[in-house]
Amino acid sequence: MSVAARPVGNPRWGLRAGVAALTLAALYAAGLGVQAGLIEYVQRIMLIAGINVILAVGLNLINGTTGQFSIGHAGFMAVGAYTTAFVGVKLAPHLASLFGAGMVADAVTFNLALLVGAALAGLAGLVVGLPSLRLKGDYLAIVTLGFGEIIRIVFNNAQFLGGATGYNGDSAAGLPTYTSFFWVFFWVIVVIALIRNVTFSQTGRSLVAIREDEIAAEAMATPTTRLKVLAFTLSAATAGIAGGLFAHMQAGIRPEDFKFDKSIDMIVMIIVGGLGSISGAALGGIFVAVSLELMRDLQQYRLVLYALLLIVIMLVRPEGILGQRELDFGWLTRRFGRKGGA
Amino acid sequence: MSEFFQQIINGLSLGSIYALIALGYTMVYGILKLINFAHGEVFMVGAYGGYFIATALGVDGYEASGAGFPLLLALVVLVAAMALSALLGVTIEALAYRPVRSAPRLTPLITAIGVSLFLQNAAMLLFTPNPRRYPAILRELRFEVGGVIVTNIKLAIFLVAICLMVGLQQFVQRTWTGRAMRALSLNMDAARLMGIDVNRTIRATFAVGSALAAAGGILFGLDQITINPLMGVLTGMKAFVAAVLGGIGNIPGAVVGGLLIGLAEQLTAGYLSPDYRDAITFVILVVILVAKPEGLLGVVRQEKV
Repeated sequence: MSVAARPVGNPRWGLRAGVAALTLAALYAAGLGVQAGLIEYVQRIMLIAGINVILAVGLNLINGTTGQFSIGHAGFMAVGAYTTAFVGVKLAPHLASLFGAGMVADAVTFNLALLVGAALAGLAGLVVGLPSLRLKGDYLAIVTLGFGEIIRIVFNNAQFLGGATGYNGDSAAGLPTYTSFFWVFFWVIVVIALIRNVTFSQTGRSLVAIREDEIAAEAMATPTTRLKVLAFTLSAATAGIAGGLFAHMQAGIRPEDFKFDKSIDMIVMIIVGGLGSISGAALGGIFVAVSLELMRDLQQYRLVLYALLLIVIMLVRPEGILGQRELDFGWLTRRFGRKGGA
Repeated sequence: MSEFFQQIINGLSLGSIYALIALGYTMVYGILKLINFAHGEVFMVGAYGGYFIATALGVDGYEASGAGFPLLLALVVLVAAMALSALLGVTIEALAYRPVRSAPRLTPLITAIGVSLFLQNAAMLLFTPNPRRYPAILRELRFEVGGVIVTNIKLAIFLVAICLMVGLQQFVQRTWTGRAMRALSLNMDAARLMGIDVNRTIRATFAVGSALAAAGGILFGLDQITINPLMGVLTGMKAFVAAVLGGIGNIPGAVVGGLLIGLAEQLTAGYLSPDYRDAITFVILVVILVAKPEGLLGVVRQEKV
């Protein structure tokens, strides 16, 4: 998109565009393959895993990189989910008359709705972050918890969004299932690229400085509050995208989908993978999706085991599997020449 | 006007239950700087402990015969359930919190969330998720004073809570263990150098806090009639908000905070809408943290570089 702003002659931009196009094509092909070759149950786990990756990578920016602690991210996910669903339902007829009903209209509707959802979730993050990021540590954690609950209770009582029974759109069939393998992993790539670029930029270094020693960072003229709010807003916006993808994966969403438990799920993801590591968070997201499914046979014991797992990880390896290290993908770029796509 | 006083009575009895639970949060936070997320579950286990002990003592038989449960046995139920929860609190501390005590602040916090989840789900397995009717440890008597209905249960809740809080205040101010607790909350390292047994004192803190939560659990069961394995989640959060409102780490603050939260909840339910009775607690939380993070009775601590 920003290609035009750069000199056209720069060969690396050509390369990047090529890699991006190839990635999209490969993703689309993989999506078709998955749809044809795998049973619906496995497909669903893959979608959940992808959504978890977005949640974990986004939350990791605030909990891992910046060293703040949000335990109310389910609230931002709820804002994204409800906004995306609502906007999607209202927008679909207009866009269908513009593009003609079909894949193009669906794709445009879905992604526009997702962007609005992300924006509103980000706005919610900003509203929560501005006053509360003056607070430190535990207190911030409590405020996020409180806001997460308030957001859920508001949805519980918002009659135009279905109240406690949930929002199913205007038709009896429920929400359209826009969420597919392609779109989930398209957004996984976008979010990871975005968070990665922030983390390894100067801004990201400042965020790490805040985590390591906030007073020292402030003494070095780092605008700590502004950066914390920025990280928080961004993190909330990615949770909103995950919420939107989650909403259109099924026929309807209910306020109880976004309870405190959901926030804990997200924390487990980044704890398992390692606080402060993007690839670790992604692994943690996949781990939670898969392990909860594998443990489904154990029925009622699975949440007990899940809780025990959390305690044991904290006692034995509190830094998570990867700690702050990243998985090394250097061999990929080394093999395929100079730095490829994001 | 009588409706207003009715709400005040209900709010005070609910608030004194919150206050009992909030004391445990505030004592642990004062010493370990840990939000003990599992405290709400200790409260729940206390309520179930009371349920099973009362059943074992044959409360159903007394109820069926119409004689009412003897007051002495009701006290036995209360004390036994408190002892049981104290044991649970001490066990949690020894197994889950002590190993991570010196780790970064986040680690014990997540461990506490894990313990809380574990107890919730273990309780759902052991006690089934279905709500249970709480045994009539006290037979309900109603009085009407100027249009306001007061039950002996509400009075008993208020009375038991006040006794326990006064007892706690005496314990913390007058006994050696209480003095050691206060020393630990001021400076743990200095307290250790003065020869205070840190592990023993922390154990005592968990025992006392958990016992108070169990008392809260039994009173809650009497007040709300049913109990279930997830009752500790929302009630625990509200009690924690009460502790923050009063100034976390501050014992009189927890009592004031608990009563205020109880009143606010009842008045919201009565005059605004019952739908927002849970939300008001969190609104109060956000307002207090933004406006006066140290709480109503808390002291501002200067940040040292």
